[in-house]
Amino acid sequence: MKKKESKKTNYFSCTFPAKSVNEGFARGIASAFCSQLDPTLEELCDVKTAISEAVTNCIVHAYKDEDDLKKKKITLKGEYGGSCLKITVKDCGCGIEDIEKAMQPMYSGGGEERSGMGFSIMECFTDKLAVKSKKGVGTTVILKKYIGKVSEE
Amino acid sequence: MKMKTYFSRGNLVVKLDGEIDHHSIKEFRDELDKMIGESRPKTMILELSSIDFMDSSGLGLVLGRYKKLSEAGSKMLIKNPTPEAERILKMAGVDKLVRIIKQKDA
Repeated sequence: MKKKESKKTNYFSCTFPAKSVNEGFARGIASAFCSQLDPTLEELCDVKTAISEAVTNCIVHAYKDEDDLKKKKITLKGEYGGSCLKITVKDCGCGIEDIEKAMQPMYSGGGEERSGMGFSIMECFTDKLAVKSKKGVGTTVILKKYIGKVSEE
Repeated sequence: MKMKTYFSRGNLVVKLDGEIDHHSIKEFRDELDKMIGESRPKTMILELSSIDFMDSSGLGLVLGRYKKLSEAGSKMLIKNPTPEAERILKMAGVDKLVRIIKQKDA
């Protein structure tokens, strides 16, 4: 079911180092922002999980060959208009060579301790997932989710 | 994340508390593997009733330990997962490999 998107009524943007300790931090920010839309617990859990997957991908994959800590940054942006929450996770890492292959369930380029379910979870827990990537430039993941209740202010 | 472990009737019981993500599992993964290697339990019971959050890194933790236990001839059970954890486990088909049990007492 397609819902009409209205203009964004609130937004945020932040940049932080691609350190694993910031996975929980990113979830916390996204969760606090999403809470303004009065989500159900399940919707909030979906958003937190999808953001966690996107941010973990940046840390595990995007900067795996980058030694310069100053270059290892993740930008997290959020906005909503009406009931549509849009979260963008951007890195300036190595990029994804084959997006289609990377998005296949159980595929992982991160070793045997990775389940390869990151993109599948992002797809399943959101209403729309878009991935843009250029080798050597970086990757942008855009997640959209419609939240049931809306408080317009 | 916090991890409590104890032995019960030859089984290794592992109780995880808090948030399971790529960051939090780092310090526990090796400890868990060491315990599995040294104790060779009949079954490892992974108790997930106090988990606040779990993403695909948690799946990696479960599947990685399942593989190690299988190689050692041991079994794995997942006990009382939260609805959120169970949803992710089932999405990845973990329930087809590992028995998920729901009960109040072990």
